[in-house]
Amino acid sequence: MSEKVPPPQLSEERIAYLEGLVSQARTAAAAFSQCTQEDVDRIVKPMVLAGLEKAQYLARLAIEETKIGVLEDKAIKNMVATEFVYNYVKDKRTVGVIREDPEHGLLELAEPIGVIFSLLPITNPTSTVLFKCIMAIKTRNAVIFSPHPSAWRCCSEAVKIMYETAVKHGAPEGVFTCLESHTLQDNAYLMHHKDVGLIDATGGPGAVKAAYSSGKPALGVGPGNTPVYLDKTADLDMAVVDIITSKTFDNGTICASEQTVVIDDEVYDRVLRKFEELGAHICNEKETELLGRTVIDPATGYMQPMAVGQRATDIARFIGLKVAPDIKLLVAPIKGVGREHPLSVEKLFPVLAVYRAKSTDEALKVCVDVNHAGGLGHTAVVFSNNEEVVRKFGDMINAGRIIVNSPGSIGALGGVYNDMVPTFSFGCGTGGGNSTTDNVNVYHYLNIKRMARRTQAHMWFRVPNQIYFNMKAVENLRNFPSRSTIIITNPALEAIGHADVVRRALPPETQVRVTIIPDAEPDIKIIAQGVEALNFYKADQIVALGGGSVIDAAKIMKLKYESPEADLEELAAPFLDIRKRVVQYPTEKVNHSRLIAISTTSGTGSEVTPFAVMTDKERNIKVTLADYSLTPDVAIVDPQFVMSMPKGLTVDTGVDCLTHALEAGVSIFASPYTDSNAMMAIRLVFKYLPESYENPQDEEARTMMHNAACIAAIAFSNASVGVNHALAHAFGARFGVAHGRANALMLPHVIAYNASVPTKFMPSPNQRAYVAHKKYAMMADLIGLGGHTVQEKVQRLIGTTERLLDRLGVPRSIAELGIPKDEFERALPELVKNAFDDPSWRSNPRMPLISELTELYWKAYHGRTAAYADAAQERQEAEAILV
Amino acid sequence: MSTVTTPVRIRIEPERASESLRRIREEVVAANGEVALDLSLLARIDSSALREMELLARAAEEKNAKPAVHGANIEIYKVLKLARLSERFRFVD
Repeated sequence: MSEKVPPPQLSEERIAYLEGLVSQARTAAAAFSQCTQEDVDRIVKPMVLAGLEKAQYLARLAIEETKIGVLEDKAIKNMVATEFVYNYVKDKRTVGVIREDPEHGLLELAEPIGVIFSLLPITNPTSTVLFKCIMAIKTRNAVIFSPHPSAWRCCSEAVKIMYETAVKHGAPEGVFTCLESHTLQDNAYLMHHKDVGLIDATGGPGAVKAAYSSGKPALGVGPGNTPVYLDKTADLDMAVVDIITSKTFDNGTICASEQTVVIDDEVYDRVLRKFEELGAHICNEKETELLGRTVIDPATGYMQPMAVGQRATDIARFIGLKVAPDIKLLVAPIKGVGREHPLSVEKLFPVLAVYRAKSTDEALKVCVDVNHAGGLGHTAVVFSNNEEVVRKFGDMINAGRIIVNSPGSIGALGGVYNDMVPTFSFGCGTGGGNSTTDNVNVYHYLNIKRMARRTQAHMWFRVPNQIYFNMKAVENLRNFPSRSTIIITNPALEAIGHADVVRRALPPETQVRVTIIPDAEPDIKIIAQGVEALNFYKADQIVALGGGSVIDAAKIMKLKYESPEADLEELAAPFLDIRKRVVQYPTEKVNHSRLIAISTTSGTGSEVTPFAVMTDKERNIKVTLADYSLTPDVAIVDPQFVMSMPKGLTVDTGVDCLTHALEAGVSIFASPYTDSNAMMAIRLVFKYLPESYENPQDEEARTMMHNAACIAAIAFSNASVGVNHALAHAFGARFGVAHGRANALMLPHVIAYNASVPTKFMPSPNQRAYVAHKKYAMMADLIGLGGHTVQEKVQRLIGTTERLLDRLGVPRSIAELGIPKDEFERALPELVKNAFDDPSWRSNPRMPLISELTELYWKAYHGRTAAYADAAQERQEAEAILV
Repeated sequence: MSTVTTPVRIRIEPERASESLRRIREEVVAANGEVALDLSLLARIDSSALREMELLARAAEEKNAKPAVHGANIEIYKVLKLARLSERFRFVD
């Protein structure tokens, strides 16, 4: 039964008849779905041959019945609808896999639509039948045809020829049916039927509108009003012949045929003379006025149906116009577009309006007016040898087909004058109320299924070109020749003589200047001063000596020195995937310099990272830059510069380093390359951070912690960090807590959080399963924590981490920092908001919900985890390991 | 105590599917409504056989019965689905 209540006036018998048609088509379509590509190709070819053989016969039937058009042209149309369409479709795959893109893991598969309900026009009845039957068989669909009432006999004969040939060669019975004499109610009933998958409406505006209004997917072909621009540079002989050929083809019944030709003033008279020479009658003003009020309905402004497809001489005789007996076209000069100029609308008969344009601009404007007077989305034609004019015309006109230096109607059909897809249905886009601007073809008769295979994302592992490490590694500076080197450092490092150590290590011929910047997150003014110094001394080398702030400052100074136009705020635009980011860092450089980073803390790892942070104090904003072009060219990891690092700094930076390694280890961007670094960093931190803290002069411990910071940074430079950093950034900024300590507050809770089953998984094409808990267990194994199950191992890792934090004497809860509960509670919404805005968590294995961030903050407020409280045994074992 | 009768299971030969289905409808279904069709030998089903399936389903429905189908491959199952016949049969395996 149909989905909607049938419209009134349909009898039960009529409904039964229509239901029978649908049932038959549905059964045929179902059976047809089993056919292979070879099966359908075997059916299509004899159909095409049958259509070709009967081309003239069907043309004659159409002429006799419709009294529209030209026999010879209708025969040609039937041949185009078969031979040209076949030529296009014969090698096209329309069954099973129709396209493959192995490089991108994509496959397209064809799924037939099933039952198509198809409206047929009076103007091109049999050719449209042939065209649609071939498309339907090629795509394994069944069609119920509804011909224009005045073209029923010729259409049903064309359907019969196609049907019998198709069934004879293997198509299922019932694949095509043709409605007997019918009413609009029949059409409405079928348009709303739930078993009709698609409506293909080729017909008048009413039929097309009804199709689109049915709520069904529809291919509707809107009306046209083809403007033609005949530019002064055009080949006039060719243009006039093409226009006459097109406009008189089948007496102008193709809706893509020329309607108004806008001619440049310079060639206007010559063009009209040529029209006249070739059999056109040029109307005078009075004749034009007569034509306008007779062939166009003054009430509606549309063409009179009785004129459609009639000969020029018959039209002239009918309206009392005296013309030569052999004229083929009536050319009517008009002075504008719109209701006052009736001939400026669509005229599907051999009456052509012409307009004299004083300039290209005026010509284009008139073409735009014609285009908007009922022809949006359809077809337009330009004759010109000026490419600029052709392009301009293309830009200005809204038409699915813009035909250049060729006839509009035959050009738009495709395959004859150009390589467009051959069709008898012109999609007119939204301008014409259609869903496509394509020449309708077999692919519009298919549901195309895209099979997308999981692709392995390209990963990367990028580090500085050279890394020198171990005690006195700074001496490698002598291997880097430079005329002018600027050392960027802070006052404390200058005061204790570290800058001098660096200066002495540089080659003796190098001019060395020292720029001192404050030991704080660099401000935009400091950057500007640094860049000024680099320019003044024409530096070819920058040595950044310091912790994260100094090295970050040097990275940004280098960027601005080499690319002064770089807009830092724009470069700081957020991104999800560094390979797909919107903003690109500059590649053109006005200066070139080498950046050597010497770290004097063991935590941030800025000497090897592609990140830099600065503030704009005036605007109170923080600018975070991330790009591999920021990575220093050379990193020097020399522990001599950290031997005197204070205890507090040792802890802060050491915990930061541990957090980097733990988060990189479970990141969704983790790879074997980053894992090897992350895991080793974790091992070194657990072993050497307590020693560094308790025995600051232990050279081995300092060296190993310095290395750990660097390799943890290598890991997170390529795998990024996670939710721990997001929480710590927001909390540290709000309550002025050092980054390492803020990390420490969150760390055990975040491990427990990531190790449990996520509420929401993070999309991570690089991972084949949720592995965070297993990665933590692997880390526990690496540092020898024992345990039998993954869960046990994770618990031991959490417990051991907590014991380490205890041993380092860091505050273990937000409450311990002296932040009152009510103050924390008030700050919490903003903290959670900022943490959620922080990009760090986007590589976290588990996607945090807002509620989960809140819960994590509360856990950090209260302090130690359950694992810490309950697992006394594990604690003892962990302590033994740490000792 | 009620008795359950097992319907006759009839294997459909590919060469004469349409004719066999018509005969089953006229002889078996018309008699008691119950039937079990074995489609395991069918690789494809043509439109005339599909029409017979529909008539058979209708005849069974008139007897308040739902014919069983055995051995339909996935392709045949999808065709029956597209023809809106799948709900009118019981698929046994």
